[in-house]
Amino acid sequence: MSQLLPVFALALFVIVFGCVLLAFANLISAKAKPNTVKDESYECGLPSETSGPTKVPIKFYLTAILFILFDIEIIFMYPWALTYGDFISHGHGLYVFLAMAFFLLVFIFGLFWEVKAKALDWE
Amino acid sequence: MGTDAFEITVNFVKMVLIFLMMVQIVPLLVWVERRGSAYIQNRFGPNRVGPLGLMQLLADAVKFLTKEEFVPGRGYPFIYYAAPVVAMIPATLALNALPLSIPIHVEAFQMMGSSWGPYIFKFQGYDFGIGIVFVLGVSSLAAYALLLAGYGSNNKYSMYGALRASAQTISYELAMGLSIVGVILLFNTFSFSEIITQQAGPLSFGFMGRNVEIGWLPNWGIFYQPLGALILFAALFAEANRLPFDLPEAEGELVAGYHTEYSGFKFNMFFIGEYGHMLVASILMVIFFFGGYTLYPWLTPETVAAWFTGFSPTQASLLTALVLHVVMMTKVVFFLWIFIWVRWTLPRLRYDQLMDLGWRTMLPWALFNTVATAIIVLIARTGGVN
Repeated sequence: MSQLLPVFALALFVIVFGCVLLAFANLISAKAKPNTVKDESYECGLPSETSGPTKVPIKFYLTAILFILFDIEIIFMYPWALTYGDFISHGHGLYVFLAMAFFLLVFIFGLFWEVKAKALDWE
Repeated sequence: MGTDAFEITVNFVKMVLIFLMMVQIVPLLVWVERRGSAYIQNRFGPNRVGPLGLMQLLADAVKFLTKEEFVPGRGYPFIYYAAPVVAMIPATLALNALPLSIPIHVEAFQMMGSSWGPYIFKFQGYDFGIGIVFVLGVSSLAAYALLLAGYGSNNKYSMYGALRASAQTISYELAMGLSIVGVILLFNTFSFSEIITQQAGPLSFGFMGRNVEIGWLPNWGIFYQPLGALILFAALFAEANRLPFDLPEAEGELVAGYHTEYSGFKFNMFFIGEYGHMLVASILMVIFFFGGYTLYPWLTPETVAAWFTGFSPTQASLLTALVLHVVMMTKVVFFLWIFIWVRWTLPRLRYDQLMDLGWRTMLPWALFNTVATAIIVLIARTGGVN
């Protein structure tokens, strides 16, 4: 935890820096004169057809879920890649490689299935 | 952060300086971008304000500060204001984890009646030894700033821009993560400094028990991982939302994407984040594939240290680190220029092409690169010395 202290300190510094900049810009900038037209959402000059939050295509949600699956599989490869050299020098290189190759087969099968199921098609 | 007041102060000032360097490089890069694009497109670009238009930066800053402060009527003010601040955090945290030169050794010295030191100051904000994982984790937080901006503005175009940006960022993160696996297979470490150390000297590797050495080439990662370097570079373009992957702000379709409703300094802060990502991306390329702060055979830590033999050890260490920092930054500036060059050379992709490229082209090629690297490393090092 104490190792991460500088990270938190820096993040806090950036937040304070950003807030001070925003406040400073607020202080010396021209004051906003709101009116109905200016306060509308920018939609190229036409009156907005919808109100409330924008509806979001479900497609993006699917992409996010697929990303999580694949990203976790890739994260598993990091410790493997880190220790690969040590395993080779101890003579277990082929075994470790085949273990990861089997895992990758599942990965590739998943990717192949995704393409077949048209989960990656965008209109 | 340190054991006594001096060390803590220096470490904190170091982090702040790196952050300010990132902030300061933005106006310069904007100027280079505008002049460069003008040069590429056979125009003049900004050339009226000051010599070569350099004072344009100052004029822009004043303009940004004095713009009318505006919150969209339908937006959520807190989220709307939080987004630009959040946008600066990921790039700053990632940049501080990257080594920019060799550590500085400070000998024990007397100050204010007490003795201090000796110290070793890393030429970076903090060093965990697992730099790659940290940088990957932190830089993927950038999607949050874009989503906050899109949600806080509560505008159709902003929201679509933010969604596109986050979908694109996560899609290309797969290819990026996989291409880095190849780098880790090659160097067997998560530490950036260690990677740079391993790239020192002439190109040499063990192959089937024999040692191959090519004296006139440096031992850079690009010679071992050309495909990985290409995939990583392309993925980093998408991560930084730069053309040809700047769909989030495709002005023909989405006005300006997630920052449609932003103006003045808030807009500028998004730019600090974006150029910060470009800087991090360039430094990553230099560290992984182009030898970091060494330039074999002329500028290595040993040869540069030999220039400063007449100085005290502390001064010599500091000067050596600064010279190597300049070497590194020269390489980084080259990659920053490639970022700008590509932006004004290639056309923008369509959105389905973009997702296809990420998932169906770059991900399989990155997989192939990983497997091929693993096989070659296995063959080359079995019974070898390396």
